Amino acid sequence: MVVMQFTDEHLDTLAPGERAVIKSFTDKALSLKLLEMGCTPGEEVMLEKVAPFGDPIAINISGYVLSLRRAEAATVCIRRINNVA
Amino acid sequence: MPAAAATSVHRRIALVGNPNSGKSTLFNALTGLHQKTGNFPGVTVDKKHGTFRVKHHGQSVEVTCIDLPGTYSLYPKSLDERVACEVLTDPQNADFPDLTVIVADATNLKRSLFLAGQIIDLGRPCLLVLNMIDEAAKSGLHVEVARLSNRLGIPVLAASAREKTGISELRAAICEPLAPPAYPFTDLSAVAPDVVKLVQKEFPGLSQYQALHKAHLLFSEGHPLQALMEAAGFTPSGAQAEESLHRHGVIGEHIAACTGSQLARPPFTRKLDRILTHRIGGYIVFLLLLFVMFQSIFYLAEYPMSWIETGFAALRAWCSETLPAGWLTDLFTEGILAGLSGVVVFVPQIALLFFFIALLEDSGYMARVSFIMDKLMRRFGLHGRSVIPLISGMACAVPAIMSTRTISSWKERIITIMVTPLMSCSARLPVYTLLIALIIPDRTIGGIFHLQALTLMGLYLLGFFMALLAAWVMNLLIKTRERSWFIMEMPVYRLPKWNNVLYTIYEKVRVFVIDAGKVILIVSVVLWFLASYGYGGAFDAARKQEELIVAKIEEAESSKNAELKEQLPKLYEERAAAASHKLEESFAGQLGKFIEPAIRPLGYDWKIGISLITSLAAREVFVGTMATIYGAGDEENVEPIREVMRKERDQVTGKPVYSVATGLSLLIFYAFALQCISTIAVVKRETNSWMWPSVQFIFMGVLAYLSSWLVFVVAG
Repeated sequence: MVVMQFTDEHLDTLAPGERAVIKSFTDKALSLKLLEMGCTPGEEVMLEKVAPFGDPIAINISGYVLSLRRAEAATVCIRRINNVA
Repeated sequence: MPAAAATSVHRRIALVGNPNSGKSTLFNALTGLHQKTGNFPGVTVDKKHGTFRVKHHGQSVEVTCIDLPGTYSLYPKSLDERVACEVLTDPQNADFPDLTVIVADATNLKRSLFLAGQIIDLGRPCLLVLNMIDEAAKSGLHVEVARLSNRLGIPVLAASAREKTGISELRAAICEPLAPPAYPFTDLSAVAPDVVKLVQKEFPGLSQYQALHKAHLLFSEGHPLQALMEAAGFTPSGAQAEESLHRHGVIGEHIAACTGSQLARPPFTRKLDRILTHRIGGYIVFLLLLFVMFQSIFYLAEYPMSWIETGFAALRAWCSETLPAGWLTDLFTEGILAGLSGVVVFVPQIALLFFFIALLEDSGYMARVSFIMDKLMRRFGLHGRSVIPLISGMACAVPAIMSTRTISSWKERIITIMVTPLMSCSARLPVYTLLIALIIPDRTIGGIFHLQALTLMGLYLLGFFMALLAAWVMNLLIKTRERSWFIMEMPVYRLPKWNNVLYTIYEKVRVFVIDAGKVILIVSVVLWFLASYGYGGAFDAARKQEELIVAKIEEAESSKNAELKEQLPKLYEERAAAASHKLEESFAGQLGKFIEPAIRPLGYDWKIGISLITSLAAREVFVGTMATIYGAGDEENVEPIREVMRKERDQVTGKPVYSVATGLSLLIFYAFALQCISTIAVVKRETNSWMWPSVQFIFMGVLAYLSSWLVFVVAG
């Protein structure tokens, strides 16, 4: 029996169209801004779009689209939802 | 509620809401043209206020309305947000409202209710407008307004500022008796209770949330209570995060209870984004857009500009004929009218440019520009948001620099401010237009590419790339520990509202004509004086010589003697030479000659030297100076300035003064030098020091001098 490994996944690793649920934040100051913008733990996000050159990215959250840099997305811990269409 | 509140005939309200919530459209719908833009005291944050009257229950109520900068929360993260927060939370503030009107984007309730909840918790009279309710309905979202109102304990109205629905209901609701929210939005009693008690003891009368909010402000200001708060285990970020989580819990319940299905992104926006943020298509569209902007500015603005030019020329000619001769008439026609013409002639260009910028902002496209440009801009130490000031810098560096306030990182903001004046602003446009028409042939190559338009576009691109280069260098030089972020909304695409576009154009033109116009007019008059008067025997002799020739001309013109008439052409030439000589001996000529040795390597003579000196006040004065200089050379024939310059010959070599090499060198000089008092003043204000504008003035001056010299040597 293999022990299930707990890996911390981050928002910047999502592929376009992939969905995830926000778990927590690793950066306090940034998390305050993200909370104001509606990124709350438990909220579902989808990677909407990646800018040319791979950065920034745009996520769909609570019905609107928010853009943020990859490094900022890396401070958001997520749990992937495995139902990629 | 006391009855007095209901019968008061004045009401002061404040509009507050997220960016992109349609707040400004609502403001325009409420106040119409009865509005003004100014500054909040001490800071350069736009303060829009207006008034309107409402007939309510047979009584006329006068409402003063202030449109606060867009904000996401009462915990400010930018200067704009801080101003909004101060107005709403400080009863001593001059703009403190009787009633706060919260404008929510109905298609984005979760984020809108976050701010709304904070304002409700302040416990002062407020109401909520669910704006863009038509868009929400169209995408299948139904909001139960009455239920939401009951749950929030404040009046809630549905409206669409764009379609002008719900506006009269809003007007009526604004006049209803004032009442505080029926109950708090969030139970925050668990958040930092000790600190709340501490603040309440120091500031009696504050409610629980007012005290909590105050605690954050006091903490950031370094208030004496700070030590006590710290001792009580208070950390602002911890308390804020806790509060935010509480809020979102409540918001989730409200949304579940009052709305149906979750919104999907409009398919149109999604499709359009596929093109506009495409790795190739996105940039092609952006470049095409810039190209169309400048082609149309060049072609469309030309017509009204030439009407203005010829109109003023005719007016000046008529005035100098009709009015009695003398220095007062000269002052009026050569100083004031020439200066006024130089101001008014910009209006078409500014209006057109701001027309485009307003379209880009209003449609939501600007956010995409930031999105596709951020990675590139970051490489140069700039922010995706820097694109907007940089592009606005193509109209005028002054508002562009003021718009950098939304960049929250100090370093990226400073760099943006420093390099924005390198972007070719509208004040350079008349200089460019004049010089390009002078030295670049009016020809089309390949059927569509107009040579003059291409040159103009080249200058804009040159400014842009030089701005990037300068930013890159500064990024290496300026050190900071502060961080930047790029967290922003990508709004859905909307058709621009013509009202909003027109208000923007009107405001920008008004500010330019009044603010820059004053400088131009004063400098024109001073110039006229410097160019018309001089000191010493040489000037007196030159003036007498000119008067003598003018007298001869008058005699010949009024005489019927054919022989005398034949001498006229020669006399005209003599007069031009005498006028030129007089100018050479005037104060202005002396000044120009004084700096001539320094600018000779760039291909400039002393007349251009005069223009460089006067352009230190504002670039566009170049044209006014040229008008005065060459107008002084030919007083009675007020020919369009361009033609006079084209005919100007070097007195020694006989070659045209405005050769291609000199023209290009001048274009480059004007592209790079910081010849704008208004910019310097704004940079001083925005950076709160004289150091930054000084650094900026020197680096741009050195850059301009060296580049122009290089161009003159190469092109010559």
